[in-house]
Amino acid sequence: MISEELKRGIVSENPIFALALGLCPAVAISTSVINAFGMGAAVIFVLTGSNIIISFVRKWVPDKVRIPCFITIIATFVTIADLLMKAYAPLLNRQLGIFVPLIVVNCIILARAESYASQNNVRKSALDGIAIGCGFALSLVVIAAVREVLGSNRLFGLTVVPGFRPMLVFAIAPGGFFTIAALLALVNYRRLKKDKNNL
Amino acid sequence: MNVASLIQISVGAILINNIVLARMLGLCPFLGVSKKLSSAFGMGMAVIFVMGIASVLTWCVDAFVLVPYDLSYLQTIIFILVIASLVQMVEMVLQKFSPVLYESLGIYLPLITTNCAVLAVALINTRVNPYTGRGFTFLEAFVNGIMSGIGFTVALVLMAGIREKLDLAHVWKPLEGLPIAFISAGLIALAFLGFIGLGFSPASGG
Repeated sequence: MISEELKRGIVSENPIFALALGLCPAVAISTSVINAFGMGAAVIFVLTGSNIIISFVRKWVPDKVRIPCFITIIATFVTIADLLMKAYAPLLNRQLGIFVPLIVVNCIILARAESYASQNNVRKSALDGIAIGCGFALSLVVIAAVREVLGSNRLFGLTVVPGFRPMLVFAIAPGGFFTIAALLALVNYRRLKKDKNNL
Repeated sequence: MNVASLIQISVGAILINNIVLARMLGLCPFLGVSKKLSSAFGMGMAVIFVMGIASVLTWCVDAFVLVPYDLSYLQTIIFILVIASLVQMVEMVLQKFSPVLYESLGIYLPLITTNCAVLAVALINTRVNPYTGRGFTFLEAFVNGIMSGIGFTVALVLMAGIREKLDLAHVWKPLEGLPIAFISAGLIALAFLGFIGLGFSPASGG
């Protein structure tokens, strides 16, 4: 049950590579693996929390005002995450900067609230939050690993190949776009190959 | 009023720290609404409009309510609610008083609530202005809002122009669609890096 959900969140409904949602943080904070882990953890927390509460209150929220209600619930969790991070990981908070409060407008979270949590029970929604959150976090870590190795020749802050001069472009904005493009193409390539084999 | 700082903010927001290409914000609409030049332009206008008003409103809320009453930790919640209700209100007002404008901008307005660029500009306006070293003043916040919106429009229109041509090009199968769009975006971003030489100190995302 749990492993099935996780597989769905990480592979078939992967937020970044399959649904193409939540791209801003994927490009912006994926310059180091540590940042990616921090952002991933924050998103898992917010997504799970908001999914639980939204699915809990789904029967009492009138249809017309559901979006503002959802956004308020999500914003509450983001504020909690932001304050927790400021208290226990101030350095990480400073590195992620404006992108922590911006989790509110991360399209994945509202998309899951609207398409899943508002229609399913609390247990299922919590699982969905964890699964999709893990899919997001994992994709972020993969992108960040590629960029950190190529862009600064480091992984988790340690030098990878001594003497190798890294390509600065991967550490800045264009590199983020190129990395995601390459990974998306890889995913597409595998999918196309699989489809061909099935014919 | 310091005109030089306003010019610096404008050049910074449009070229040096372009909200999409350098700060990497608002990517969802940037990739979602850039398939046609006309819709890209419509979306851009709607964003300029909302960003300008949202900057003014959130700046006032922050300066006159949140800071004096020591409620800054509620910033995220309050700002997103202000922006969401603002978008709703703009939609209703336009529908009533300017059906022509509503027809051209109307369909883009609901999309703007979840455009992270709007909230980001509102948040940036409450932080230290990198060009003056102080907080943003009312006028600076307004100019920053409008100019960031223009920066967004410039990026979106450039992208739409490229993607209209890309539709006709032969692209390697796995790169079709989103990947090639990302590569184009990366190349535009690379070109925009050249503006760093304009001489203003670049600001960081926070």
